[in-house]
Amino acid sequence: MVTSITSFGRSGLYDWLVQRITALVLGCYTVFLVVFFLSNPGLNFQDWTSLHAQLPVRIFSLMALFSLGAHCWIGLWSVSTDYIKPFGYRFLFQVVVGAAMFIYIVWGIQLLWGF
Amino acid sequence: MAENISTMSFDAVVIGGGGAGMRAALQLTEAGIKTACITKVFPTRSHTVSAQGGITCAIASDDPDDDWRWHMYDTIKGSDYIGDQDAIEYMCSVGPQAVFELDHMGLPFSRTEKGRIYQRPFGGQSKDFGKGGQAARTCAAADRTGHALLHALYQGNLKGGTTFLNEWFAVDLVVNDNKAVVGVIAICIETGETVYVDSKVTVLATGGAGRIYQSTTNAHINTGDGIGMCLRAGLPVQDMEMWQFHPTGIAGAGTLVTEGCRGEGGYLINKDGERFMERYAPNAKDLAGRDVVARAMVMEILEGRGVGKNADCVHLKLDHLGEEVLESRLPGICELSRTFAHVDPVKEPIPVVPTCHYMMGGIPTNVGGQVLFPESESKDRVVEGLYACGEVACVSVHGANRLGGNSLLDLVVFGRAVGLQVEKSIRDGYSVKPATQNNIDVAMVQLQRLNNSKGGERISVVRTELQRIMQLYFGVFREGPSMRKGLDLLRQLRGQLQNVYLQDKSQAFNTDRIESLELNNLFEVAFATAVAAEARQESRGAHARNDYTDRDDKQWLKHSVYYPEEERIGKRDVNFNPATMPAFPPKIRTY
Amino acid sequence: MLNVSIYRYHPEQDEKPHMQDFQVDTSGKDLMVLDVLFSIKEQDSSVVFRRSCREGVCGSDGMNINGKNGLACITPLSSCVKKNKLVLRPLPGLPVVRDLVVDMGQFYKQYEKVKPYLLNDTPAPAIERLQTPQERAKLDGLYECILCACCSTACPSFWWNPDKFIGPAGLLQSYRFLADSRDTATQERLAELDDPFSVFRCHGIMNCVNVCPKGLNPTRAIGHIRNMLLDRAT
Repeated sequence: MVTSITSFGRSGLYDWLVQRITALVLGCYTVFLVVFFLSNPGLNFQDWTSLHAQLPVRIFSLMALFSLGAHCWIGLWSVSTDYIKPFGYRFLFQVVVGAAMFIYIVWGIQLLWGF
Repeated sequence: MAENISTMSFDAVVIGGGGAGMRAALQLTEAGIKTACITKVFPTRSHTVSAQGGITCAIASDDPDDDWRWHMYDTIKGSDYIGDQDAIEYMCSVGPQAVFELDHMGLPFSRTEKGRIYQRPFGGQSKDFGKGGQAARTCAAADRTGHALLHALYQGNLKGGTTFLNEWFAVDLVVNDNKAVVGVIAICIETGETVYVDSKVTVLATGGAGRIYQSTTNAHINTGDGIGMCLRAGLPVQDMEMWQFHPTGIAGAGTLVTEGCRGEGGYLINKDGERFMERYAPNAKDLAGRDVVARAMVMEILEGRGVGKNADCVHLKLDHLGEEVLESRLPGICELSRTFAHVDPVKEPIPVVPTCHYMMGGIPTNVGGQVLFPESESKDRVVEGLYACGEVACVSVHGANRLGGNSLLDLVVFGRAVGLQVEKSIRDGYSVKPATQNNIDVAMVQLQRLNNSKGGERISVVRTELQRIMQLYFGVFREGPSMRKGLDLLRQLRGQLQNVYLQDKSQAFNTDRIESLELNNLFEVAFATAVAAEARQESRGAHARNDYTDRDDKQWLKHSVYYPEEERIGKRDVNFNPATMPAFPPKIRTY
Repeated sequence: MLNVSIYRYHPEQDEKPHMQDFQVDTSGKDLMVLDVLFSIKEQDSSVVFRRSCREGVCGSDGMNINGKNGLACITPLSSCVKKNKLVLRPLPGLPVVRDLVVDMGQFYKQYEKVKPYLLNDTPAPAIERLQTPQERAKLDGLYECILCACCSTACPSFWWNPDKFIGPAGLLQSYRFLADSRDTATQERLAELDDPFSVFRCHGIMNCVNVCPKGLNPTRAIGHIRNMLLDRAT
């Protein structure tokens, strides 16, 4: 068995499962936004903030945000283990991706709940 | 004279990674004996992989009353009475155990509704000593039994932890001052390094040599390396005139179409659509002995009832079996037939022709696989340190004609038997005098001559000529004058062979060098075949002569033995002493 | 005359591999690619390739034929030659030993990793272990693998991680034993596969299915393994 401490879940199966579930969440969230945009042709800032003032929308957005972070991390970790063979570069890439995801999530939370 | 080459040491070395070799290696490894298996191709590429129909054995699945003695009777009759009865008795009685071991190893046999191993009818099989009609005794994994068996054995060896020297070629036996075999000179094909593999015992499991003929079902690797090694070491070989021509090789391509096709209900027809085997073998019809069917086919063709553009083959009809049976029981045949005959057996018959298939003769051994040197008709000497099993050996369980499905049984039973015998011998403290530098030098002569060759005949030219001579003068039907002509041509060819030119002298994966060494082995096999065929003045089993059409039990109820040093044929008694029952006396053989 | 271009590399003579052109007279026949190679070896005996059974069951002569992996002995020219040109290269992704011969070590290692042998901790019966025809049918499409490596060397995931991803051939055999009713080591086998590389590097590209000369479907077998892992974990 190939053991690896840097994957997201505790196993390949969980990574695989997380990829599928997060993809589903992201898909639903995309559909939700597209529908919202189409049904509000003259969209202004007021409509936008009132949408995000509702608790269910905030939870949904947060879910999508976490999903994005997890999905990106697993995906890009895979990509890095495929294509970046020198350990140093691979590690650096993973640190950057990890940090970026962390920043996006914290920033996103601040945006969602901060106003 | 030779440069010092490096040495590897083992207690036992098995040469050949096919069914017999791997069964022997497994037995030895499991016994804790330090064993290496030398194989010139990765083990699962060995020719056992091409076996299709099955492994014949009285496991009493199809018929709960089946008896190994009935199988023994069939095998002796099939051998035209020159199979050794003690060996056949051993094979048929131990067989079920050996087959069940294969199942336990994981071989994916086809199954009956009861969950037991599926058995199909094959040629030459009967119940109740020929009196109870056709038996179904061939255990099958669809029509890929050899493939399934070889992979199961390789997997068993992986589990057991056998040491494999994959893609190593054994060149010649090393014989010490006491005439005991103490290992072998071998080349690592990938690096070209030559090594002396030092071993207390050496097991030859190098398989057949069907490549001596132009048209053969055999793989390119079947070049009789074990026979060549023995003959060069001065050891005699037995019954080399006995070559089985399989009735159903795909015309032109030579690829095998299993007898299982006829077992499942297929039959042969001539250009008139006549099921001609009814004339030649009224009872068994298409499931008569292979020699009988092959000769009948050649007769049909010679008498102008062949099919095809040149009327040089006959048809194997299968379409009446229906697509479902064909795709479930004979899927590999459907595939091969579409690829090589451009014929879909679901709709059309397959053009087939008798094709060289199996070497019944080989290195004489006893039931434990110890190689024998026949000193007279009734007296043998054991060759110390040398064993043989599988097609290269002549125990002899096949005599003058092998029954379908008996080769796989031969492999596992005698591969196992060799393992048991070697284990006992080593436990009993078998030890040998080590090889001297001079002993090693002797075994290096052939290789050095080749490496120093500076010009001469091309390998492929000599090989093609050899195959042409054998096909023409030593085929299904034989005759004194033409065989003598063939022998003369072979003698001429020997001159060219000694002068063969190895163009590529590099080290890494030099297949040119390997093919040259193989060609030497092919020639040794072919020459022994020719001498033995010319000497046996009778027709028996696969050896059919136009000038001696009858079986001559007075003169030739004997093994023939070819002694390489004098290039002469001697005779050896056939064993008529089974341990548990009276012998089966020779009878007229009809099907 | 057929134009054939062959990948040549001799470790003792060449610094770099190169392509060499040959002309082969096929007399208009639809030969197999292996027959063409034999003709070429008659012209130049230093051309090196593996071969054994010449009927597609031993798996020796896997190579890259006009861009697609296959067995030379059962690939007719009519199925691969375009514009009278045949290009033969070694199987991609494995180290080349010489010419068309690759070092299969990595491939075999992955095969060995799945413990490709029957494991059963119950005492063996005096006869065979019984198995119904339905149970046996589950092994069809799995046991027929000939280890030619056409599939694994066509798989990008195997190219990138040949040391960690088991590859289609090994996984097909893994499932062959998971599916065998006579095998009792299912849980141990699954536990060995539950990491991010062994199975889960399969991204369903299906090159393996596309090239398998025996018409087998490793992707489907991998899907079955994934479902078994899922079943075990949830």
